Amino acid sequence: MQDTEPLATDSETATLQELTSKEYKYGFVTDIEADAVPRGLSEAIVREISARKQEPEFMLEWRLQAFRHWLTMTEPTWPNVQYPPIDYQDIVYYSAPKSKKDGPKSLDEVDPELLKTFEKLGVPLHERARLAGVAVDAVFDSVSVATTFKEKLAEKGVIFCSFSEALREHPDLVQKYLGSVVPYSDNFFAALNSAVFSDGSFCFIPKGVRCPMELSTYFRINAIDTGQFERTLIVAEEGAHVSYLEGCTAPMRDTNQLHAAVVELVALSGAEIKYSTVQNWYPGDAQGKGGIYNFVTKRGKCAGARSKISWTQVETGSAITWKYPSVILQGDDSIGEFYSVALTNNYQQADTGTKMVHIGRNTRSTIISKGISAGHGQNTYRGQVKILKSAEGARNYSQCDSLLMGERCGAHTFPYIEVKNPTAKVEHEASTSKIAEDQLFYCKQRGIREEDAVSMIVNGFCKEVFRKLPMEFAVEAQKLLGVSLEGAVG
Amino acid sequence: MLEIKNLRATVGGQEILRGLDLVVKPGEVHAIMGPNGSGKSTLANTLAGRENYEVSGGQVLYDGKDLLAMSPEQRAGEGVFLAFQYPVEIPGVGNAYFLRAALNAVRKYRGIEELDAIDFLTLVRKKMKLVDMDEGFLSRSVNEGFSGGEKKRNEILQMAVLEPRLAILDETDSGLDIDALRIVSAGVNALRSPDRAIVLITHYQRLLNYIVPDFVHVLSAGRIVKSGDKELAHELEQAGYAGFEEPPGDGTPVDVRAVQYRGA
Repeated sequence: MQDTEPLATDSETATLQELTSKEYKYGFVTDIEADAVPRGLSEAIVREISARKQEPEFMLEWRLQAFRHWLTMTEPTWPNVQYPPIDYQDIVYYSAPKSKKDGPKSLDEVDPELLKTFEKLGVPLHERARLAGVAVDAVFDSVSVATTFKEKLAEKGVIFCSFSEALREHPDLVQKYLGSVVPYSDNFFAALNSAVFSDGSFCFIPKGVRCPMELSTYFRINAIDTGQFERTLIVAEEGAHVSYLEGCTAPMRDTNQLHAAVVELVALSGAEIKYSTVQNWYPGDAQGKGGIYNFVTKRGKCAGARSKISWTQVETGSAITWKYPSVILQGDDSIGEFYSVALTNNYQQADTGTKMVHIGRNTRSTIISKGISAGHGQNTYRGQVKILKSAEGARNYSQCDSLLMGERCGAHTFPYIEVKNPTAKVEHEASTSKIAEDQLFYCKQRGIREEDAVSMIVNGFCKEVFRKLPMEFAVEAQKLLGVSLEGAVG
Repeated sequence: MLEIKNLRATVGGQEILRGLDLVVKPGEVHAIMGPNGSGKSTLANTLAGRENYEVSGGQVLYDGKDLLAMSPEQRAGEGVFLAFQYPVEIPGVGNAYFLRAALNAVRKYRGIEELDAIDFLTLVRKKMKLVDMDEGFLSRSVNEGFSGGEKKRNEILQMAVLEPRLAILDETDSGLDIDALRIVSAGVNALRSPDRAIVLITHYQRLLNYIVPDFVHVLSAGRIVKSGDKELAHELEQAGYAGFEEPPGDGTPVDVRAVQYRGA
């Protein structure tokens, strides 16, 4: 365990302040009439949400069980983050943009204001999408507005649609897998999500199919004081492959918004799921006002032998991040990976990491975590590697590197290792460094401006993770880091 | 090209340069020698504009412009290059990427069109021959895991690519075996030109057998106490720096300004 406070010279701090003052680019609000339920949470609200969505009976039952369970739970206090108490009765749990009665049949029917928003976000919904080969399921506040490429995917038997649609069209599949990785009782926020989740994405890749394109969801929180509670469920049957991209942004608000999502991944024998996230939720302003609370439960289950689940995340946004994309390695010879870049600037706080639970024989996991702290940012890596008695020959390699910029930020590492099988091999490496004055001077002496130098050094630091991202995402991630760090030299 | 007048600089509150004068003209190679602690590296870093090297007096004119008023990256753009005594490692940043970013930054500064990846590669391959480097260098991270000799060769490669007008080589010979010294020196000699000045900072005369300077200066206690031609280096080799050690007392030793400008 290490806990480090950085050192910096005054002039470094001054430049840092200047560089970190970059404004949030996606902070515009779309003026759309929203159809929302009243503020607050009760059994009636849960029923209301389910009714509006015309859900099957089992779904309502599940929500209600989750809600009743949630009432018995308390908010976790162990994360290394600070925030004022959340008033769960002061949140609007469901908000859908009002649109034509039966929902849009095609892009032409989608509210042009909404499309413009996606345009600004750079979501490739139209032709650009086709060129890029990305199928986008865009979640706007709570309802999925448009899903592209459905037909092309359908040819292969791939189902990619909003969660609501999945409940209507494929209730059996949803019922079979929902909660199989993250049960509603899992934790406080997962229970809350299970009770009130409004929409999300569903993805099913049948046996032996390699998904012909990368699937992508773009999340965005628009309405004021709306909690966004999506649910993503991805199932890859025997031998199936899928790569899934998730991007997130939210407009600037000076109040805090809660985002409590659940993502479940199921990989059967020989299946492979690659899940990449670039998260750019509004982090609050330079004084720490506003911003998203991102309390997310993400977990994958390598249910079958030789299956593989890989999480790659680049976290530059949110006021507070609390998430641990994890893998349960149940099948023999299954593989779990976690590659993460988490950046905290200004007053952002992140407590993030992963859990690798080794159950099957010869299961392998790799954890590469890169934490970058600037301003007053606090960055905590929390990881658990658990090797059960049954996990003969299991192996884990973990590497946690922290980069500090300036003198008021912090990096913290909490690795938990639990080994019950003597044949297991577990390695953990950790380092903490600072963007050194000599590195910056070296770049500047070669003519490179300080901002570019910082961006270059940070990108170099994150290279192992960026390499794991799909190409377009890697470019976006690099730009995002540059933007998030502009001014943040230390 | 470079005119240093009565330069004073402090590091960590301690005055290291105490009234240094030097004039360097295009095409000239000046060697600055001196014992440890005499201010050699302070001079190099001050000229390059490093933080924490505070100028407490004097003036430096570069092409008639006030060099000390410029940021480090401006100085680079103006053609001032420092070959580092301890080249810095930048993990994860490819050598080629770094070099191209640097080249395009100075080209942009100079109002020249930036080079695309292909033209850059053509250029850099040609320059690499100067310092006997193979292609493998380009994909490695900047100086990471480089041997001492490789790091110094990399500095000279950067110099060759960036084509500075004033190159300051800070102890480029330190830590080099004889073969590496030959390669590095050959690289530097190939870069000598009528419109480029080179300032060699070195502790040992050895380097000057390979890169023959036009002028040799002895730095002691933060000022130049003797200047001469390459013979001076040989004298120093024989007699050592004993005669030039920091004098006791108030730091105002013999007035040697008279000899300082000899030939400059």
